Amino acid sequence: MQLDIRLPIGLMFALLGALLTVFGFLADKGVYQKSLGINVNAWWGLVMLIFGVIMFLLGRRGTATARLTEESPEGKKIEEIEHRSGLER
Amino acid sequence: MKLTYLDWSIMLVYFVFVLGIGLALKRYMKTSTDFFLSGRSIPAWITGLAFISANLGAQEVIGMGASGAKYGIMTSHFYWIGAIPAMAFVGIFMMPFYYGSRARSVPEYLKLRFDEKTRGLNAISFAVMTVFSSGISLYAMGLLLETLLGWDFSFSILLAAAIVLIYVFLGGLTSAIYNEVLQFFLIVFGFAPLVFLGLKDAGGWTGLQTRLATVATAHGFGAGAWSESWHYMGSSSANPMGVEWFGLAMGLGFVLSFGYWCTDFLVVQRAMAAKSMSAARRTPLIAAVPKMFFPFLVILPGMIAIALTYKSGATGFALPKKIDGTFNYDLAIPMMLGHYFPTGMLGVGLTALMASFMSGMAGNVTAFNTVWTYDIYQSYIKRGASDEHYLWMGRMATIFGIGISVAAAYVATRFNNIMDMLQLVFAFVNAPLFATFLLGMFWKRTTGHGAFIGLLSGTIAAAIHHGLTLPVGAVAGVKGGWFGATHVYPSEMAQNFWTAIFAWTACFVITIVVSLLTRPRDEKDLVGLVYSLTERPKAEDVPWYQRPTVLAVIVLLAAIVLNIIFW
Repeated sequence: MQLDIRLPIGLMFALLGALLTVFGFLADKGVYQKSLGINVNAWWGLVMLIFGVIMFLLGRRGTATARLTEESPEGKKIEEIEHRSGLER
Repeated sequence: MKLTYLDWSIMLVYFVFVLGIGLALKRYMKTSTDFFLSGRSIPAWITGLAFISANLGAQEVIGMGASGAKYGIMTSHFYWIGAIPAMAFVGIFMMPFYYGSRARSVPEYLKLRFDEKTRGLNAISFAVMTVFSSGISLYAMGLLLETLLGWDFSFSILLAAAIVLIYVFLGGLTSAIYNEVLQFFLIVFGFAPLVFLGLKDAGGWTGLQTRLATVATAHGFGAGAWSESWHYMGSSSANPMGVEWFGLAMGLGFVLSFGYWCTDFLVVQRAMAAKSMSAARRTPLIAAVPKMFFPFLVILPGMIAIALTYKSGATGFALPKKIDGTFNYDLAIPMMLGHYFPTGMLGVGLTALMASFMSGMAGNVTAFNTVWTYDIYQSYIKRGASDEHYLWMGRMATIFGIGISVAAAYVATRFNNIMDMLQLVFAFVNAPLFATFLLGMFWKRTTGHGAFIGLLSGTIAAAIHHGLTLPVGAVAGVKGGWFGATHVYPSEMAQNFWTAIFAWTACFVITIVVSLLTRPRDEKDLVGLVYSLTERPKAEDVPWYQRPTVLAVIVLLAAIVLNIIFW
């Protein structure tokens, strides 16, 4: 089992998105004068949340992982070639 | 700019994830190949995003925003001419040699193709350059956070350095690449709403165009000089950059861009970590797709900033000025973040900004520790040690590389000129490089002596050209002209482009001449290293839309379309 990069990305964006969304819908709306009256926290937070969840789900079933050198056929071949050509020294 | 607990929590979440990735990857770092090359096991989309993210350092985000304000949409030449073609070239033509030769670094390719001295020259100059570049970007970050948030200079650079140190130390290149991907998305999500809000404030694209016309006429140029990328390139006096199309196409589009994207180990290392030849070749091509849309993320805000400064929008944004009364262009993007983003989104934007500094720095650090360990330590200091020893050395190199960067950042606070000088010298060293690689890969007659002497002559030619010319309005010194100015360029950028053209040409010609005078290498030693002696990589068993050539054609066509739209 290796770390799929989409899991941490998904988790982080889901977390940040949720944080922004909740804050955007619940907290004081006065701060949005700056952003031309648009509640960017709520809307963009929602986008980030959705992105995060999708990434996380893709990561759960996907295979975009880094593997140990000796576990992948390419890695084995490379190590062998490196060994033969003396690059390892 | 005032931050609330919400902004602080967002930053904290990011830091926790960055460090967490390093920690999670620690147990997979078993051999030096794992640490320096990610075991060559990473899928193309990840290496592709890391490929541009490593380049997405301070100079990209802050510098391109600044140039957007200063020169307008012409800045996009740095992408649509100055990056995409070179990225397609490295993927299609050069990656087969980098990846196929099993070299572990760019200098090591030079060793395989040419000889030890050419590798030594390249490795040492590259190692010095990377640590200082990362120092310069640390310095820029410390200064920015001080101006923006009132953070203590030492606090911000030590914090950033410590975080990068921990995650690279633990997880090596994989950790750097994973974090670069995370940073890529953070930058996209942090800046996209800024562009939306800014553009809305400026009255959409048409509103922006009319405002930019005011900017252009106020500077004495034609009305479209800030919003049309090619229209004013006919002569150097008609556009704010002060370059004409030929200098731009040759200097930036050919010499500088190919020199950077095709030979700089900082980016090439990402592709070398890919899991197969076809993934390595796809890496720069996948990277080219987001790269060509980055102007909308980093240049457009700068253009919006200057447009609103000249013709105020609803919220009254204006660029701050320096003490001497000129605009502080470098603050274009940071000030816009503070102006348009409410607390919450502001935290995301600032975190994205910090992420860009850190990804640039991590890129430099991983390139440095690899070149140091494989090309300097293993080649000249301690040969034949165990793999564990080199893995340990890589970790040590990470520590002292970052140590030197921090020291360099402090030196920069005291002697700004030293950093300018260093960057100048780096430019001299870098300019001729692509000629060496081009000849080495595509002309089997090129010899080691030719490459070495060619490289040196190119660097010297750059220095001489710089010493003989000056940009208009500058005094002799670090800007050039220290031999006495015989030619005056309309701008510093024009001078840079032509310095590069001279360096490249000198290197190209001298390498050929010396190669013809020296004994060529046996052809059987060059198999896998030179185009004419290497079997073409087969299209492998990937579907058509993943074939490198198909991708390259799509990417190049898209770049042409973008050029035409914003002509």
